Amino acid sequence: MSGHRTLLGAGVIAVAAALAWLLFVALPGRYGPTGKGVGSAAAAGAAPTAPAPAGRKIKARLFYVAEDGMRLVSVERDVPFGEGTVQQAKEIVAAQLAPAPDPLLSAIPAGTALRALFVTANGDAYVDLSRDVSAAHPGGSIEELLTVYTIVNAVTANLPAVSGVQLLVEGKEVETLAGHVDLRRPLAGNLSWVQ
Amino acid sequence: MNVRSSSSFSAILALGVFVLASTLASQAPPSSVLTVLARDSRRPIAMTLVNDQEFVALDDLAAAFQLAVREEAGAITVTYKSKTIVLTPDQALASVSGRLVSLPAPPARAGRRWLVPVEFISRALAPVYDVRLDLRKASRLLIVGDLRVPRLTAKYEAVGAGARLTIDAAPRVTSTVQQDGERLTIKFDADALDAPNPLIAPQPAPALVQAVRLVEPSTVSVELGPRFAAFRASTAPVDGGMRTVIDFVPAQTTAETPAPSTAPPAPTELPPALSQPVSAIRTVAIDPGHGGDDNGVTGPGGTKEKDLTLAVARRLKAAIEGRLGIRVLLTRDDDRAVGLDDRTALANNNKADLFISLHADGSLRKTAAGAIIFSAAFPRDAEQQARASLAPEPLPTFGGGLRDIELVPWDLAQFRHLDRSVAFAGMLAQQLKDKVPLASPPVAQAPLRILESANMPAILVEMGFLSNPDQEKALAGADLQTALAQTMFESVVKFRDYLATVPTR
Repeated sequence: MSGHRTLLGAGVIAVAAALAWLLFVALPGRYGPTGKGVGSAAAAGAAPTAPAPAGRKIKARLFYVAEDGMRLVSVERDVPFGEGTVQQAKEIVAAQLAPAPDPLLSAIPAGTALRALFVTANGDAYVDLSRDVSAAHPGGSIEELLTVYTIVNAVTANLPAVSGVQLLVEGKEVETLAGHVDLRRPLAGNLSWVQ
Repeated sequence: MNVRSSSSFSAILALGVFVLASTLASQAPPSSVLTVLARDSRRPIAMTLVNDQEFVALDDLAAAFQLAVREEAGAITVTYKSKTIVLTPDQALASVSGRLVSLPAPPARAGRRWLVPVEFISRALAPVYDVRLDLRKASRLLIVGDLRVPRLTAKYEAVGAGARLTIDAAPRVTSTVQQDGERLTIKFDADALDAPNPLIAPQPAPALVQAVRLVEPSTVSVELGPRFAAFRASTAPVDGGMRTVIDFVPAQTTAETPAPSTAPPAPTELPPALSQPVSAIRTVAIDPGHGGDDNGVTGPGGTKEKDLTLAVARRLKAAIEGRLGIRVLLTRDDDRAVGLDDRTALANNNKADLFISLHADGSLRKTAAGAIIFSAAFPRDAEQQARASLAPEPLPTFGGGLRDIELVPWDLAQFRHLDRSVAFAGMLAQQLKDKVPLASPPVAQAPLRILESANMPAILVEMGFLSNPDQEKALAGADLQTALAQTMFESVVKFRDYLATVPTR
């Protein structure tokens, strides 16, 4: 009896140890601190954390300048699949920053690059762009609104977990891109600027 | 002896006057002067009256307009560059580059000079001359080039106990009215004025207005009489021109108080004036966008947004100050960079009642066109924060005790004025719709940085697209700038009247 008890106790300890290893060592090591669920409190840097399976695409709504120059139009395009909200947001922004195929016209100044992208626990995305987005901007309230809402809408319209987007330039908060639109706080998606 | 000497002196003086008069008559003295007005000069040309017809000397015209005049084979040939005008002494005709035009009289000889009817300028010289020549015979004015020289017609009349001066300017130009001691000055946005001088007949004393006359190329001076107490000025477009109406209010003096009567006193029949004694708008802040290193949008023709916004801001300031008599602050009055917070700080610290930020738009689409009026928009959480902050908070005061102080976050100051800002934007769009191209829709709300910190009703006007070549050309011109300033001025008046109908905060 005593031998059986000893054996049972050892088995319980072994199972507990295995569970503890699984919970505290194996799983965190596999999924990493960035998490992948929508609304995760973790943040991700610029480097991809989980490369997408080769060739896998999703359909995403991207935004371009409408024919009248006063609004945006949304176009459904193939964008590489990204593992998790952060990675998918990066893929969407990268596709949005890429030169627009004819006859589309992008409101993002040419040469603008994505430096980093973070998502906070409360669903705000921080999109850090290179200085070209500001330095090469032609100016004007409408053009600036279209530039800002191209990015904001691209992220919020395709990722329901993201409720607001704040643009950063060269890693820093900025007041505006060209003197008009307030960028000091995250902006919600605004489809009233879309035809 | 004294009597005889006096008689001799009188006879000599009379003879001298006769001789002098005869000499002047033989030289056909000029009966009037034609003023030649160019951009940088104003010069007189003598006119001579022959048979009730005004003539000018050909050699005077030759000197003024670089003409060559020669007389040969019984004809007078006037040459300008490679073009010729041929006159025949006994014919009221001229051949202008081979085309015959009529003149009211043939050329006349005065000594060694040839005189031609003044109409020679408009009918023969103007068609061959490189620069526009505009002969205004009635006002004896010859305008060289594209100068803005509106014709003024003035009317002065008694209205009730007061008086009214109406001045029509055609074509349309804006004007500002300012009191300068014992006179009002009416400055017209023009190069010169085409008007009789004085504009009205002298008024018998004691008068509200003693005289109205031209004092500078584009300024009219109204000399005020002893009965003058106050004035109200308004300007409104009329068919083909702009009408400035100034109502003069008399001083109430006991000496002029009429005898008591059973009849009620006649009301002073003055029309509604633009400047009411008590106004909800006492200070207006106008913000010319960009400046210094920040050009804003630059059009394909090189027009810079910063220059356009300053030009319109100055026109608007002149209109509001001159006609409403209220204070106007410019956030910049020259080409320099001013921070966004500094602009709203100027308005907030001076307790401005209205903030108008002027801009011009740009688009990657060259066809984008039309003015847009923006009011602020706030994100949802900012709205909640602003609403919470509006509750007064008891804070200790320097002298002891507590006082309820409203602490409004700087970047949310606009929140509680937003409904009025939207109302003003709508009024301006309504006023602009027949005068300048508007975008569709012409009003919008957006999170614009400059508006959020304004602690008063505030709008941002994108006056048009400099990126559109046609719009750039129009925006750079005086006509559209004047129309924009005039319409914004009218909207300020409407908004002031609107504020009088809504409860104060």
